[in-house]
Amino acid sequence: MADEPKEQKPSSVPAGDKPAGSPSPASTPAAKPADSAAPAAPPRAAAPPAPKPPVVLQTPLNNELVTRLRGKFGAAILEAMEDRKQAIVTVECARLAEIALHLRDEGKFDMLSDLTAVDWPKREKRFDIILNLYSFAKNERLRVKAHAADGEKVPSVVGVWIAANWLEREVFDMFGIVFSGHPDLKRILLPDEWQGYPLRKDYDILQQDTAWVKANLGIESGQ
Amino acid sequence: MGESKPGNRERAVGYFRFEEETALNIEATSEHTILGADELIINMGPQHPSTHGVLRVKLKLDGERVIGSECIIGYLHRGVEKIAESRTYQQFAPYVDRMDYVAAVSNGLGYCEAIEKLLVVEAPPRARVIRTILTELQRIASHLLWLGTHALDIGALTPLFYCMREREEILKIFEKYCGARLTTHAFRIGGLQYEAYDTLEKDTERFCKDFEARIAEYEELLTQNRIWVGRTRGIGILTAEDAIAFGVTGPVLRASGVKWDIRKAAPYAAYDQYKFEIPVGTTGDTYDRYIVRMEEMRQSRLICLQAIENIPAGPILAKVGKVLKPPPGEVYHAIEAPKGELGYYVVSDGTVQPYRVRIRPPSFINLQAFDRMVRGHLVADVVAIIGTIDIVLGEVDR
Amino acid sequence: MNAVLQATIEFLKLYWAPLFCGVVIVAVLPIIVGYIVLVERKVMADMQARLGPMRVGPHGLLQPIADAVKLLIKEDIIPDNADKLVFWLAPVLSVGAGLLAIAGLAIGPAFQIAPNINIGILFVVGISAMGIFGIVLGGWASNSHYSLMGALRSSAQLVSYETAAGMALVSGLLFAGSLNITAIVEAQRTQGIWFGMLAPVALFIYGVASIAETNRAPFDLPEAESELVAGYMTEFSGFRWSLYFLAEYANMIVVASVATTLFLGGWLRPFSEVHWLNFLDFAPALLTIAIAVYCVMRAPKQPVRVQQLFMLAVAGFCFVVALVLAAPVLLPFLKPSLAAAVQPYYAGIHGGFWFLFKVSVYVYCFMWLRFTVPRYRFDQLMRLGWHFLIPLSIINILVVGVAMIAGEYFHLHGWAMLLVTTPAAIIALVAALAILAADSGRKERDRAAAAPEFYAR
Repeated sequence: MADEPKEQKPSSVPAGDKPAGSPSPASTPAAKPADSAAPAAPPRAAAPPAPKPPVVLQTPLNNELVTRLRGKFGAAILEAMEDRKQAIVTVECARLAEIALHLRDEGKFDMLSDLTAVDWPKREKRFDIILNLYSFAKNERLRVKAHAADGEKVPSVVGVWIAANWLEREVFDMFGIVFSGHPDLKRILLPDEWQGYPLRKDYDILQQDTAWVKANLGIESGQ
Repeated sequence: MGESKPGNRERAVGYFRFEEETALNIEATSEHTILGADELIINMGPQHPSTHGVLRVKLKLDGERVIGSECIIGYLHRGVEKIAESRTYQQFAPYVDRMDYVAAVSNGLGYCEAIEKLLVVEAPPRARVIRTILTELQRIASHLLWLGTHALDIGALTPLFYCMREREEILKIFEKYCGARLTTHAFRIGGLQYEAYDTLEKDTERFCKDFEARIAEYEELLTQNRIWVGRTRGIGILTAEDAIAFGVTGPVLRASGVKWDIRKAAPYAAYDQYKFEIPVGTTGDTYDRYIVRMEEMRQSRLICLQAIENIPAGPILAKVGKVLKPPPGEVYHAIEAPKGELGYYVVSDGTVQPYRVRIRPPSFINLQAFDRMVRGHLVADVVAIIGTIDIVLGEVDR
Repeated sequence: MNAVLQATIEFLKLYWAPLFCGVVIVAVLPIIVGYIVLVERKVMADMQARLGPMRVGPHGLLQPIADAVKLLIKEDIIPDNADKLVFWLAPVLSVGAGLLAIAGLAIGPAFQIAPNINIGILFVVGISAMGIFGIVLGGWASNSHYSLMGALRSSAQLVSYETAAGMALVSGLLFAGSLNITAIVEAQRTQGIWFGMLAPVALFIYGVASIAETNRAPFDLPEAESELVAGYMTEFSGFRWSLYFLAEYANMIVVASVATTLFLGGWLRPFSEVHWLNFLDFAPALLTIAIAVYCVMRAPKQPVRVQQLFMLAVAGFCFVVALVLAAPVLLPFLKPSLAAAVQPYYAGIHGGFWFLFKVSVYVYCFMWLRFTVPRYRFDQLMRLGWHFLIPLSIINILVVGVAMIAGEYFHLHGWAMLLVTTPAAIIALVAALAILAADSGRKERDRAAAAPEFYAR
């Protein structure tokens, strides 16, 4: 249901977000089987009897900021869209620090609200590095995404916003993504000698248990 | 720019040395202090009466002055974000209370609103107003606990008990509303589960009417007190540029002079309907943070009084159904929690369980600025500065 | 053998009274201190809107006994490399100094353990200063870096404030003309005015300095719980710790007694020489009867029978005490024949009451201050002592001396001395404000000077 063009519908999201956008991004893991034949049913089995026309949540974004970015960085800006009226710009991982600096200085996004990652194991570049930025002057939020493969070094944005220091350490701790240029990349929440990166999708209690049994009892876990 | 110090970091696994720099030679600005001859490293261990939880602080001292510090956290890490990936959206809601356990209602509000954004539904007006009332009461309760413990660290023994007395009233209201005092799980995705109990407005009004005199009591004990001013003025200064660069939010940012509050910048719940002021400090020292939080308590009280005058009638829960399957996508929703900007970044893949829930904890990010705030101060001020950032380790570590 | 026995009996016949008092003090004072601690906890609770100890005994009255038993049966832990002898000696020194100082005090004209020491006040102040040894040795013997630092900080604080306290006492002594405690109180009686009114600034300085002397809030940083170092008392547990604790409260009693003797008229009734106010002699008895009446009124409201009986017992006890207090005043009217026999005890009993009353008020103010104000940081504390109190006390001695000479020149006595001492006090007050203003200016300059090194990024 994510790939079909949908009608526009005024969304009822509270004020403060950006106006609506355009078709969806390419990298959505289809967990819900797409119903290609029938027109897309409403996502919720709601009470009203007549099925409502589907709501388009992801739309392409082409505002002034995106234009400027594209103008300056060209192909490094992979994609720009809005999801639920929140602006998302996907950029090339290698130029992340540059683009971050430009966003801070010219784009006036002076605060790094959050820096995190998401793991999509089935993709070739499995990690999404997400930066949530905020501009005090424009009262605007922006999400910057970069894709990184396992083992690929992501440029650190510590030089742009000091806030990234602990945030990148946490991403390293949880995902194992190495940030090049970080002054002190070590684990922050887990003990220093912890093995493994918990928030990866292939890390779970079963794997830990098997590893422990193997290490301490020397046998294969029967689970 | 990092050089590893073999002496300190032998045990680290998964630690990488960095010698390369990025193409633009962007230098990281956090320094390593090099251990010199007259320097002493003191450990304020995880168990300490004044670190408000299990926080370990390593201080590098030159005599009595702090010349460097390192916060070691993670003692309360419970893997909440990983747990979220194997719970349904509703099942995860009680977990968020346990992060900032001092202000559970705010956590719940942020989470429920984030999922509502994900589902593209809106809570009905009545639910939004009641949510506002409870969240503002929770803000007062959180600030009261902060005030009591902060004053206790600095040596004033009495405000703690007065603050607890007021906080008790608020917790009684919560208990009457949803059955729990601390980890309330007060809100549901789509609105509220419980209707406001019949005397909610009266209780809130009575509390708010008494509270004005109580705040005056605390101020009388502390605000003009010579010793209090001497212990807090000029201590732990964080300039506005530093605060923004560190991503600091909440009362700490406002005390540094940046007038920013998500309740005004991007109103949520019913905040756009009420008039209130945003207190702003000037120098960003501990005293300013104290004044800002006291004033915030007053403003919260005003919001409550305005809100209870006119709670709209109507349903309290939007029609979201029992099984929540938000359409695939992602959302970042931030609210103004008592500690700062509490953000939820939720990625949905269309199933009943979230694909990723990331919680942007204000205390974690505010604590990063601790090193900047504490340099140059005496050891006796360390405790005051930890207290003034107002951290809750449950939120720092998740 | 016989000769030794004879000598001992002679000795005892002469000195039985002081020995007896000494034994009573060492035996009884810990219990009294325990109850002062209970009073402090109850007062603290009252100021903090709660009840305090309530479980052990009625209204927590057996709490001190429970605490004492607990401390006595606790395991005695000695750090490994601690200096055993000094570790044993340190608390003993502190307690010994405190108790010995009490021996030099006079509660009434006849209640003195060491009667008529001609260096009375100096003896008391000097001996209580010896308690500082106990603190330093305790920190040293603990063999812990942090304990030693805490002990040194504490002793630095005590020594600094000792200077200011001593000089404040000097300005009071200028009026008394003698160090003998009895003579000081007699001087206040003959002059008809307490020296605290003649030298209020000295009383203020002594008040502040005495708080710092006893390591009480707001000067209790060396023993505060929220500091990195828990102070010199860290390694002492159980009974040894209770000795330090005992020493602290004994010191509190000592400084309160010294202040009462020198500034607040000792065992004198307020307006002791004003004969038309003699009805104030009934005040002690009336106060006690008021307490008895209050207990009787509250008794029926107690929920449990035992508590009712207890309140009535307390009322009865207070009534008996009231009778004892009233006796010397009433008997001359009721039974003149007995009056002559009772007369010598009059000054003693009432004197004791007034003395204890004033000491209690002073100690209550200590407690009140502890729960109201936050504590000073160590450098602020030292700055207060050296930059403010010591200069102020020097200036105070000067102006009080000038006032005294002026008083003698104009042949002023008693209340008339206020004519010269009040301007002196005002001058001292103005000087105090000037010192404060100058000092905060210096603080700013210090901070600005240190700025480039520490406060810049």
